[in-house]
Amino acid sequence: MKAKYVIVGGSAAGIAAVEAIREVDPSGEILLVSEEPSTNYSRPMISELLAGETNVQGMKYREDIFWEKNNVHVLIGKAAVRLNVESKVVELDDGVKVEFDRLLLATGGRPYVPKIEGINREGVFTFTTLSDAERLAARIKTGSRAVVIGGGLIGVSAAEALVKRGVKVTVVEFKHTILNLILDETASRIVENAVRKSGVEVVTGQTVQRVIGNHEDDSVVGGAVLTNGEHVPCEVIVIAIGVVPRTELAVTAGLKTNRGILVDAHMRTSAYGVYAAGDVAEAYDFVLNENRLLALWPLAVMEGRVAGYNMAGKEVVYAGGTSMSTLKYFGVPVVSVGVINPKTDELTEVLTKGNADEGIYKKLVLREGRLEGFILVKDIEKAGILTHLVKNKTAVEKFKHELLSDDFGLVKLPPSLRRKLYMRV
Amino acid sequence: MKAYALEWYTHTMSLKTSRKTSLRGLKSMKRIVAKEEYCMGCGLCEVYCTVQHSKSKDIVKAYKAEKPRPLSRVRLEVNKPVSFAVQCRHCEDAPCVAACLSGAMHFDEKTGLVSHDAEKCIGCWTCIMVCPYAAIRVDAERRIVSKCDFCVSISVPACVSNCPNGALLVKEVEA
Repeated sequence: MKAKYVIVGGSAAGIAAVEAIREVDPSGEILLVSEEPSTNYSRPMISELLAGETNVQGMKYREDIFWEKNNVHVLIGKAAVRLNVESKVVELDDGVKVEFDRLLLATGGRPYVPKIEGINREGVFTFTTLSDAERLAARIKTGSRAVVIGGGLIGVSAAEALVKRGVKVTVVEFKHTILNLILDETASRIVENAVRKSGVEVVTGQTVQRVIGNHEDDSVVGGAVLTNGEHVPCEVIVIAIGVVPRTELAVTAGLKTNRGILVDAHMRTSAYGVYAAGDVAEAYDFVLNENRLLALWPLAVMEGRVAGYNMAGKEVVYAGGTSMSTLKYFGVPVVSVGVINPKTDELTEVLTKGNADEGIYKKLVLREGRLEGFILVKDIEKAGILTHLVKNKTAVEKFKHELLSDDFGLVKLPPSLRRKLYMRV
Repeated sequence: MKAYALEWYTHTMSLKTSRKTSLRGLKSMKRIVAKEEYCMGCGLCEVYCTVQHSKSKDIVKAYKAEKPRPLSRVRLEVNKPVSFAVQCRHCEDAPCVAACLSGAMHFDEKTGLVSHDAEKCIGCWTCIMVCPYAAIRVDAERRIVSKCDFCVSISVPACVSNCPNGALLVKEVEA
């Protein structure tokens, strides 16, 4: 087999790459290999599916005929197992060899499953794919009990969906606050209060040490034993600790990798004609000014798009991303961008407004007079302006207090800055 | 200070390209432009946007009878004496489209506008996080977002046709 463009992975980065390629090259042959049986769906929406708020059709990320319309040959259920960068050939698990001119590795990540005694028992689930959500949904009923391991974004989203299905949920977080990668203590407290209010048990500073079987059948989950020895009875365990980039193909092919695949500003890997994007790639972070792993859907799309343009011969530079997340769960809107738990030194200044009791909170992190990150809880509508200031490394010292004000908006920026950042004339 | 005509254009926000032509190959597009030196801060843009996006299209019913009250998709920003209206710029390479988790926010090839499908919106707020203009509104009642649709069903957007001092106008701009 042969195709001008070969894409491995059919989620965010792969789809975005297809769109970009087709903007530039309407006819070049595109072959997409997807190990996952479903493609073209919104992965973040698996919690909506689990909650029973949407169905598979409602999760479509692009129109039904996306692949046909873009004339993409999709191989479903096939895995790319070997890559030869010299002869430019990808080998699939059924032995088929595909020659390519340009290759995109958008293999994503796989959920990290900790080595816990009894973790192989029936009733233990990961929660990153459509099939994960379908299997989990089929397993629960009103009154079921679930333990969610990990109080990060995936864990909290799973917890909310389970609550909506009438499941009694316990979230177990190893650190002392939930969502600790994207929130500071105050913001975390606000979200935690809302989580608890919905009836979810939140256990912090603990992890699951052992998964035990139930009385009738030892191979089926009956409970979790925490590090403090406490026994939490449950029928279902959801592992939501994080994802590990799937770099195997790149590593065996000899591409330069760290924890993820290394890419330049054009999303090129160390091998000619081979690109990487999405959760598997270590792309540029404009706050930290270095390349790093950031497993975030919006960034995967941006990276995939940049890769696609460049693969098709249109030179486009990735402007970069940073740790940026929003939360909607349990009715608390939150936006978190950039550095939000800074090291305290004389160059760093932290401004805050509101507190955990009020449920409204704003936090700005300034470094040398420039916004390096922020958290907004509840009043989030102006978040995009702050993100823009972070991205542009704008000096905000002179009007930093305006940024916290309730009526903050573009009009509060100094006119000269407004012109510089926003005007084309 | 010399008066200057500040014009709020759309522009490519997210990708730096070494191109001279538009990313999508567009030559020009119709966009709403705000001239802040003409804006009086009267807020009629918000009023008529609200009415236009109400069920009844009637100002009294829109404000007094419809529940939830329809939301204005344009926001008047005031910092006296300066004021101007902010609505979606319909960026050619829109950060909100790239960021949207569900596919609700999309580039409509027919109209050349950034379009939002409320049915598909899951209210994840990701577009709010990335819109540099903060032009996307939080519809708290329905737990989704809302933004300027350029009033595609009428010839001139309601905020433009009802601006009493020509501070909002539709202009053909280069892509």
